[in-house]
Amino acid sequence: MADEDKFDAIIVGAGPAGSACAYTLAKEGKNVLLLERGNSAGSKNVSGGRLYTYALELLEPDMYKRAPLQRKIVREQIMLLNDGGATTIDYFNPAFGEQVPQSYSVVRAELDEWFAGEVESHGATLASGILVDDLIEENGKIVGIRSGTDEMRADIVVAADGVNSLLGQKAGLFPDAAPNSVGLGVKETIELPDNLISARFGVKDTEGAARVAIGCTDGISGGAFLYTNKGSISLGIVFNLVEAAKQKRQVQDIFQDFKMHPAIQPLIEGGTSVEYGAHLVPELGYSGIPKRLHREGFLVVGDAAKFGINTGLIIRGMDLAIVSGLAAAQAILKSTSPSQTGELYMKQLETLLLTANQRAYENFHNIFEISRIFNVYPKLANEAMQFLFTVDGKTPKPMISGMLGVVKKNATFGQLASDGWKAFRSL
Amino acid sequence: MSIKKLGPEELLALDKFSVDEGHPHILVDKALCATCALQVCLVVCPARCYRLKDDQVNFEYAGCLECGTCRVMCTGKGVTSWNYPRATFGVSFRCS
Repeated sequence: MADEDKFDAIIVGAGPAGSACAYTLAKEGKNVLLLERGNSAGSKNVSGGRLYTYALELLEPDMYKRAPLQRKIVREQIMLLNDGGATTIDYFNPAFGEQVPQSYSVVRAELDEWFAGEVESHGATLASGILVDDLIEENGKIVGIRSGTDEMRADIVVAADGVNSLLGQKAGLFPDAAPNSVGLGVKETIELPDNLISARFGVKDTEGAARVAIGCTDGISGGAFLYTNKGSISLGIVFNLVEAAKQKRQVQDIFQDFKMHPAIQPLIEGGTSVEYGAHLVPELGYSGIPKRLHREGFLVVGDAAKFGINTGLIIRGMDLAIVSGLAAAQAILKSTSPSQTGELYMKQLETLLLTANQRAYENFHNIFEISRIFNVYPKLANEAMQFLFTVDGKTPKPMISGMLGVVKKNATFGQLASDGWKAFRSL
Repeated sequence: MSIKKLGPEELLALDKFSVDEGHPHILVDKALCATCALQVCLVVCPARCYRLKDDQVNFEYAGCLECGTCRVMCTGKGVTSWNYPRATFGVSFRCS
């Protein structure tokens, strides 16, 4: 039989996008091959990381209950740092943890390995330790992949090969990522006993906090993140690469200074650093998504398609990856001819509201061009706090003139007006 | 254990690597790097694989975290070829 070695679908990359796609196809009885270049799924992956649960629910109700999730996030925190101080806004909402909790912190090596196992349990073939080198193209269609001297064929190849997506480039769908289109995330995982984490962040043992911080990037556009896991904390920074490249300090040094900031270090004190990772993240939101995400026999999903939302407060990638993997699988299942699968995929992205979600924040990344957000304004906030809370026995300055003094010291009213206008236009 | 600032070697020592000896997955042309005025790789590579040695850009692939930053940011065309390590090689994250 000529078709003996041919699969219905080959999915390249066992991250959330690839596994969601493979899971859905395998569940419907398709003959699926899921390829992963790491020795196990997740072993090459880095994320903040927080997963918004609705995506797993969309894939299969109650699936999140089986997943190795960390802590359900009930505290959302925003931190404004300058050299000496920190102003933290802490929003506690227990409802975020009720019924189907809105989001969970995750550890990717665990999550991705579990997810790929779920795929296998539905009869798909999972092959780890396989690097796909190239695509096989015949008569203008993608018909399979090459790995070393091996060739594997399928009706469709789904590229879930991550933000660098060498396969999407090989398929001629888009050029390599431009410097302004991706950010660099660096991250340290720090083990810390659960009781300390819960006490320091004011949560119960199943609950957690997610924190974003600005003012800790040496003025580079970007921000830090902190997620509480079970028995560990994920701490990192995402840098705008164009700006990082314009200055002289090594990104590692900026990150390590942040880790030792007097308002951060006590949160992780007593912990043990166990891992250091780095990864690129799509930065541009809707406008960064390539115009072409498919050609005959080939679909692009997840980070490879540059799906991502970053509002500064909400950082999303894994949920969009899962939704896009599901959309691809639904398109493949619905399609009656190979030539229509791509268009069906684009339609499913709309039906599942991924496109609408991306579009809702279409201009948001323009906010991050306001450079004062990353140094001047956090400093201003802390100096305002200092004025408000200082008691030294001297005659206090009148409130209005004191506050105006803090503002004037940091920015002109022209700057405030133009930044405010830019922010308004981006929202 | 107490938390402290970690240097580049200490950070990479936390990770598990399987180095594909003799098969660098990224190729760097030092002659081109020597003519590059910006050498942004020195500051943006999160693994510090690119460092100055005798005023020349020196590249070590052993501690590469496979992020892709150097490929995207290289302005002097010194990164002549960028691939993932061959299967089973490179970094293996246990958390992240």
